[in-house]
Amino acid sequence: MTQPLSFQNIILALQSYWGRHGCAVLQPYDMEMGAGTFHPATTLRALGPRPWNACFVQPSRRPSDGRYGQNPNRLQHYYQFQVILKPSPDDLIGLYLGSLDAIGIDRTKHDIRFVEDDWESPTLGAWGLGWEVWCDGMEVSQFTYFQQVAGLDCAPVAGELTYGLERLAMYVQGVENVYDLAYNDAGVSYGDVFLENEKQFSDYNFNHANTERLFQHFKDVSEECRALVDARLPLPAYDQAIKASHIFNQLNARGVISVAERQAYIGRVRDLVKAVADLHVELGA
Amino acid sequence: MSAFLLEILSEEIPARMQVAAAEQLRTRFEAGMKAAGLAHGVVTADATPRRLWLIAGDVAAASQGSAEEVKGPRADAPAQAIDGFLKKTGLTREQLEERDTGKGVVLFAVLRREGRAASAILSDLVPQIIADFAWPKSMRWGSAPSRWVRPLSGIVALLDGDVVTCAAHGLTAGRETRGHRIHALGPISITSPESYADQLRAAFVEVHSGTRQQLISQAAAAAAGAQGLTILPDEGLVRENAGLTEWPVPLLGRFDPAFLTVPPEVIQLTMRTNQKYFACADATGALAPAFVCVANLVASDGGAAIVAGNERVLSARLSDAQFFWEQDLAVVKAGGLEAFLPKLDSIVFHEKLGTVADKVARVEALATWLAESGAIPSPLEGEGDSALSPSGVRGVAPADPSPRSPLASRPLPQGEREALAALAARAARLAKADLVSATVGEFPELQGVIGRYLALAGGEDPAVADALRDHYKPVGQGDDVPTAPISTVMALADKLDTLCAFFAYEMIPTGSKDPFALRRAALGILSICLTNNIRLPMFEVARLARDLTGGTWERTAYRHAVNDFFADRLKVQQREAGVRHDLIDAVFALGGEDDFVRLLARVHALQAFVTSDEGANLLAGYKRAANILKAAEKDGAAMAASAGGTGEGAETALAAALDAALPAAATAVAQERFTDAMTALASLRAPVDAFFTDVMVNDPDPGIRARRLALLARFRDAVHGVADFSRIEG
Repeated sequence: MTQPLSFQNIILALQSYWGRHGCAVLQPYDMEMGAGTFHPATTLRALGPRPWNACFVQPSRRPSDGRYGQNPNRLQHYYQFQVILKPSPDDLIGLYLGSLDAIGIDRTKHDIRFVEDDWESPTLGAWGLGWEVWCDGMEVSQFTYFQQVAGLDCAPVAGELTYGLERLAMYVQGVENVYDLAYNDAGVSYGDVFLENEKQFSDYNFNHANTERLFQHFKDVSEECRALVDARLPLPAYDQAIKASHIFNQLNARGVISVAERQAYIGRVRDLVKAVADLHVELGA
Repeated sequence: MSAFLLEILSEEIPARMQVAAAEQLRTRFEAGMKAAGLAHGVVTADATPRRLWLIAGDVAAASQGSAEEVKGPRADAPAQAIDGFLKKTGLTREQLEERDTGKGVVLFAVLRREGRAASAILSDLVPQIIADFAWPKSMRWGSAPSRWVRPLSGIVALLDGDVVTCAAHGLTAGRETRGHRIHALGPISITSPESYADQLRAAFVEVHSGTRQQLISQAAAAAAGAQGLTILPDEGLVRENAGLTEWPVPLLGRFDPAFLTVPPEVIQLTMRTNQKYFACADATGALAPAFVCVANLVASDGGAAIVAGNERVLSARLSDAQFFWEQDLAVVKAGGLEAFLPKLDSIVFHEKLGTVADKVARVEALATWLAESGAIPSPLEGEGDSALSPSGVRGVAPADPSPRSPLASRPLPQGEREALAALAARAARLAKADLVSATVGEFPELQGVIGRYLALAGGEDPAVADALRDHYKPVGQGDDVPTAPISTVMALADKLDTLCAFFAYEMIPTGSKDPFALRRAALGILSICLTNNIRLPMFEVARLARDLTGGTWERTAYRHAVNDFFADRLKVQQREAGVRHDLIDAVFALGGEDDFVRLLARVHALQAFVTSDEGANLLAGYKRAANILKAAEKDGAAMAASAGGTGEGAETALAAALDAALPAAATAVAQERFTDAMTALASLRAPVDAFFTDVMVNDPDPGIRARRLALLARFRDAVHGVADFSRIEG
């Protein structure tokens, strides 16, 4: 049996596989966001008529999910590998299964299943139909045919694949604890790289993030976003919407947003994204 | 006769949609064939995760031809009229037939519709079915405007061995399909409808969902049996797994027994909803640290990697569940179940009805009142505190109770009422505490169940703990009905509050809209009362519940609405038991009856009576009397018993019979001996019949008429003492 791929080699294998299948291999967006879907290469490129094939790793931050490095499965910062193919090709499932082969999952021994899971992002005003992909009962990917983004119909439809890289790597390496993952083949573990981060950021997210300032930041970036839409600059305006979304997540993790207010905040972010997307399409996305 | 095969291949169809989709395929096909006039035999339709398919046997070679005659203008009619007729029929002048009708020569058009070949009809029908198909949720893909549940990938349409030429959603029908994603690479060419299932079986696809379900049930039981375990039966899970696999292979895995400290319901739910695993029990019936998962693959290593992977996933999920559970336990150990209560202040129950904490306060008041009112009887002999009885046993209130009062159970003595009220109040205060626990946050379906475990861990009275679990019951028809006193009080109080609070603000179910499940609440209240013989003074309780919410709906309208709502629910609930809705109406129409147990006993006695010969005759007599009285009232006729004289034989006899029957019936009703009341009424049958035979009510002498009318009115009122017979049909 060959040695399973390290964390970094899984990323390299996926990039090389999708690069071979015509994707532009992009780099992470340089902003804090909750999921790869927020990357403008997904959200904004899913709009409008132009074909678009890309893949990239996106660090994803979910302040509420921090567990001070003590939970073997939950992280407030983790990586998603995202593939976006527009229009969605005929044999997208076949291509996806090929990518599992590429990272060393033997499909004659492992049970791959497509289980109904409709995706929706209330903050992005986006939804799609698809599946969560199971490998031996574990969800290793999200598979979505985008139907709408920012309330606008996607035509043509983009197919979006999202791999949860840590989970996938834990699966491939047969590891029970995320911090035990082999980051590379030279003895560096995932814990060596990220454990201290998780401890400090959990503490920051739950106990130290200054909520008064965060509320102010939320206001500031919202206003900036509106101003940039007025200045007809959808791309910079979108950056501000991404910031608003992350600040909201931080406030949520601090427990200062009540259940009733939650919907209102989500609605505010969605309105920003909507204003940006409308302009982006108007300017010929 | 031919056979026809249609297969629609797509990407994975959600399991929950497959059965209905196969049925829709069949009905659309049959409707299309009927419309086209093409005869066929038996139609089978089914689905796998990747395909919908249909096979029709004995398809006729062609549809029946038909001919229709249309009469036109006379042969010598103006050219304009003849042209119009030609246009209408689409024929030429030469094609028209001339016939002498005796009133001149008239033109006739004979319109012939040729029979069409089956292949032609099917090549129209297949695209039509696909275009019209309705999915609960459908989507677009790629660049096309087509919609399907997931992207379509192929169509097989074969009439015997031949492809039916057609196209839909950019796909041309052919004979090629796909087998199992791993075990059968490359396309498979289907020879004929007859060979379809076998060819796919050879490609590791079992196209019959029923066969897949059987395979799953049997192989899962065998896998568990080999380890001395049994599967906890779960038909829904069998169906779901059959909808997730084309070639199901059940495999047994295990988990660390240390997780068994977590409530078994949590473990089962984690396995079932998140992972679609079957739970296993050991020889004693206890949850075993094992599960059966259903793979879609005959793995090259015998399933070792699949089992290991699933075990790891489950272990991670159970660690999470254990984390939440231990966190809750720590809260309870430190501060009791009350420690959760402050958080209920911040959960809105409904914007007009306040927070969950407000609801808890109302339920506590209602529960205390119910316990103190004496409406709750002593539990039946031999039933423990946590006893539940299946709601299938309905109409427990015997129609003819003996020896004494039929419906009376032993009421609780004062001291026991006070003790019950104290425990019920305690249960009410804690009933919703678990809603803010971490475990229920993660597993909302386990509300109540978790409350019970936490209450026990916090040292609460076991009867209170049971009430926390059981106060949501019955959840639907067929669910268990609480019978333990505290659980019963809580289940009633919670539902009464929900129902009355929404009614108090005029938020009542309409048509198919019942967003707060008030119908279910009413049915639950009825089941609990009838099962436990609870003499609920509904009007009083409803008034109290309304006052607790500060409701705004006007009192009388509110009371009538609640009353009618219960009457309707009772009819629905009793329909299954064969109780006639008109008889329920007849008793409800008396007004003032708000004790469901007594009401139903009365209805039962009434039904036994009106379906007997005597009852049917008495009903006929009643209707006749009522009609005469109605007509007389319209005339303004006098109705006075004092008009003098006692009249002739039959009249005297009826008067005497009424003198005897009226007090007997009234006493029987007062003592809730309804069958006896009916017997008393039955004694009137012969005198009433004789009266109508021998006596003319509308005597020319107004005095005699008034006397006789008064007698009939007494008869009518006597009957109304038991039920409003005017509501009875037939």
